[in-house]
Amino acid sequence: MGSIALLLLLAAPSLLWAGEAAYKNVLLATTTSTQDSGLLDVLVPLFEKKTGYSVKTISVGTGQALALAAKGEADVALVHAPSLEKKYVADGKLLNRRLVMYNDFIIIGPPSDPAKIKSTKSSSQALKLISGSHARFVSRGDNSGTHTLEKSLWKTSGVEPKGAWYIEAGQGMGATLGIANERNGYTLTDRATYLAFQKRLALAMLLEGDKPLLNIYSVMEVNPANGPRVNAAGGNAFADFMIAPETQALIKSFGLEKYGQPLFVPIAGKREEEIGG
Amino acid sequence: MAEALLTLEEIEVRYGGPTPVLRIPFLEVLPGEVLAIIGPNGAGKSTLLRVMGLLEQAEKGRIYFQAQEVFRKNALAMRRRMATVFREPLLLHMTVYENAALGLTLRGLKRQSIEAKVKPWLERLGIDRLAKRPARSLSDGEAQRTSLARALTLDPELLLLDEPFSALDPPTREKLLLDLQTILRETGITTVFVTHDRNEAFMLGHRVAVLSGGELLQLGPAAELLSRPSSEIVAQFVGVETQVPGIVEAAASGRAMVRFDGGRAEVIGDYRAGESVLICLRPEDISLSSPPEEHFQSNGQNHLTAKVAKITPWGSHYRIALECGASSFVALVARPSFLDLQLREGDCLIASFKVAATHIIRRG
Amino acid sequence: MELIWDGIKQAFSLLISGDPEIWTITWLSLKISGSATLLSLLLGIPIGIVLALTQFPGRSITVALINTGMGLPPVVVGLFVSICLWRSGPLGFLELLYSPTAMVIAQLVIAFPIVAGLSMAAFQTLNPNLRLQLLGIGASRLQLLRFLSKEARLPLLAAVMAGFGGVISEVGASMMVGGNIRGQTRVLTTATVLETGKGNFEIAIALGLILLILTFAVNFLLTHIQQRGQLRWPKPS
Repeated sequence: MGSIALLLLLAAPSLLWAGEAAYKNVLLATTTSTQDSGLLDVLVPLFEKKTGYSVKTISVGTGQALALAAKGEADVALVHAPSLEKKYVADGKLLNRRLVMYNDFIIIGPPSDPAKIKSTKSSSQALKLISGSHARFVSRGDNSGTHTLEKSLWKTSGVEPKGAWYIEAGQGMGATLGIANERNGYTLTDRATYLAFQKRLALAMLLEGDKPLLNIYSVMEVNPANGPRVNAAGGNAFADFMIAPETQALIKSFGLEKYGQPLFVPIAGKREEEIGG
Repeated sequence: MAEALLTLEEIEVRYGGPTPVLRIPFLEVLPGEVLAIIGPNGAGKSTLLRVMGLLEQAEKGRIYFQAQEVFRKNALAMRRRMATVFREPLLLHMTVYENAALGLTLRGLKRQSIEAKVKPWLERLGIDRLAKRPARSLSDGEAQRTSLARALTLDPELLLLDEPFSALDPPTREKLLLDLQTILRETGITTVFVTHDRNEAFMLGHRVAVLSGGELLQLGPAAELLSRPSSEIVAQFVGVETQVPGIVEAAASGRAMVRFDGGRAEVIGDYRAGESVLICLRPEDISLSSPPEEHFQSNGQNHLTAKVAKITPWGSHYRIALECGASSFVALVARPSFLDLQLREGDCLIASFKVAATHIIRRG
Repeated sequence: MELIWDGIKQAFSLLISGDPEIWTITWLSLKISGSATLLSLLLGIPIGIVLALTQFPGRSITVALINTGMGLPPVVVGLFVSICLWRSGPLGFLELLYSPTAMVIAQLVIAFPIVAGLSMAAFQTLNPNLRLQLLGIGASRLQLLRFLSKEARLPLLAAVMAGFGGVISEVGASMMVGGNIRGQTRVLTTATVLETGKGNFEIAIALGLILLILTFAVNFLLTHIQQRGQLRWPKPS
């Protein structure tokens, strides 16, 4: 009986946890890859310290993040799927879309490069070559930002990927890289994840720098009309924070120490057409 | 007139079925008495006991304990002044002592008070040497003694026993029965005792109630039930095995002559000629003798000529089924007499019974 | 294999160094799953007794529901609890989503049928008349619960361990209603998923090992309670 009383005492505090005061919480909907990069682990505490808000970062798939924002289940969204974002903005669900930064994608594959994609600088051309030689390609297959980009590249190339050589992993970037490594296949990945896994991979970077491979991150505020209890002020404060000059400077140097190269390029204030080359 | 300890009024239990499982318009338990309740299986005896012990709530009716009505609010307090013992010992995974002390533990008594109450009862029931044994290692009789001790240490105002000995083998049962009888006599605890064994009932009970189909068929002093059952069912249940249908021929001043198929017999009671009746006799009230001897018709005795239809050994007695015409009689003969008479099936002999031993149940 | 060995080394170094984040994560796991298990006991055991030892209309349906509930996929529970706790949901006004309380709620929904169903089975091993007998010597309802639980303590503690095991190890519901927020709702299971996704396999393995050690410790304690005080039978003389 005594042990039960002890356990009850332990449970009591958790039972007294109610939700914290509404105005203090800011729900940030973002993607798993954004969270995995570690950037938010640096930026969010700074924001909280500066403003007194308490940020709850919900990192899920791009589709889910935008859907939550559209329902008013978040206050601000930070994702990297421009075509999808524009639709939500057009529908009025998300407001005040502002560019924050970009990182890029690269195509990696077996060092022997059986499909000879090194011969081209165009990412869609590279995919055409891969499908033409039926070289193994591992796709995210999960409607994430990465997958959305991949699909648009296939569209540009005019080829619809089908067949045993095209593997749909249905998982996150880390796991997908693992599969590509095992099966010695090509895959499309963001630079940050590649750098993080590089030691374990036998795959090499084969194509980079093509404009469509740029992964543009935007911050958008949730329309308070989307649902009850949207913290519009908090969402707005976070969005402003992301494009503030001090923050942008931090973004510029993030990753330099760990990987020898920065992971992101800050682009607040620029227009989309200006980006890339 | 002593005030009743427990009164049941208009009690009904249905369990949602069309017919009531238990229907008691009125029942009293008198202080200091042992009330035995007998009846066939499924009669509702256990249900009645549970209702009386406040272990089950009747769907309708009222219960009064020591003249106070029982409600949900005071039920626990009232229940704690009673104690129930069931057919199985139902002991917990503890020592004999701890089991016997359980009732007192539940009431929050201190260790010393508990010891003072429990020890004497363990001794009285002959299980004090088993005090430290785990309850699970006991024999059936020892376990049931522990269960009894558990109830008796509570010094209950009402003790309820539901067939407490029916799961025990005969020698254990007899010993425990005798012990209980002595204890009840010494302490005078008001007791309700349910059993399907009529011998136990009549041995312990001051009053006996016969329950069948959820209804009380008869309730009265033990002697009365034994010799004057009010209906055929009750008669059967109390062991009145001879039930002979007949018509009253003549009646005068407290006596009557009844004619039945096979003969006639004189009975006591006020009846009118032409009444249809059942002559009831307990087997032990019929004595047998061999025909060739001369019998003079002594006043107060009936003598019939009968044939032995079937002889059945019956423990220390023999059960003799007799035929007198188309009527059947049952006699119980002790072994020595049986051997003396050298009875065989088919023998003709004289069956005799006192007029005063007859009991009449009116029919129709 | 080297990876696992690295993981083991990492686990011990993390624990011994007293890495605050690891300890927060571990403590949160214990607190959340412990609370949920405790609540499921407070609800599940009395219901187990009622189902085992009494009859009432609708009993068989209730038993079937509880038995079905034992196999509820945790991720489905997480989804439904999330929807209820969403701002637009019926309980949105409580502002509980992405908090430890939300995780306790989801884990309670997962653990309760397990505890109730196994408690019922535990009490069914008892003689049904035992309940009446205890009442017959003056037990109150609470005392009845206490003594019947003691009598059925062996299978009952198995029910507790099953309930706890079911929630300490679950990740789907915890992820969905908790959000895996650092320092607030990140527990051992969700942290393991996170670190695996980031490619930090040694840390992931370390977290997994810590979870195993934690579960083992709790079960060891519970088993000790379960087996303690079992009366020895007297040796035949």
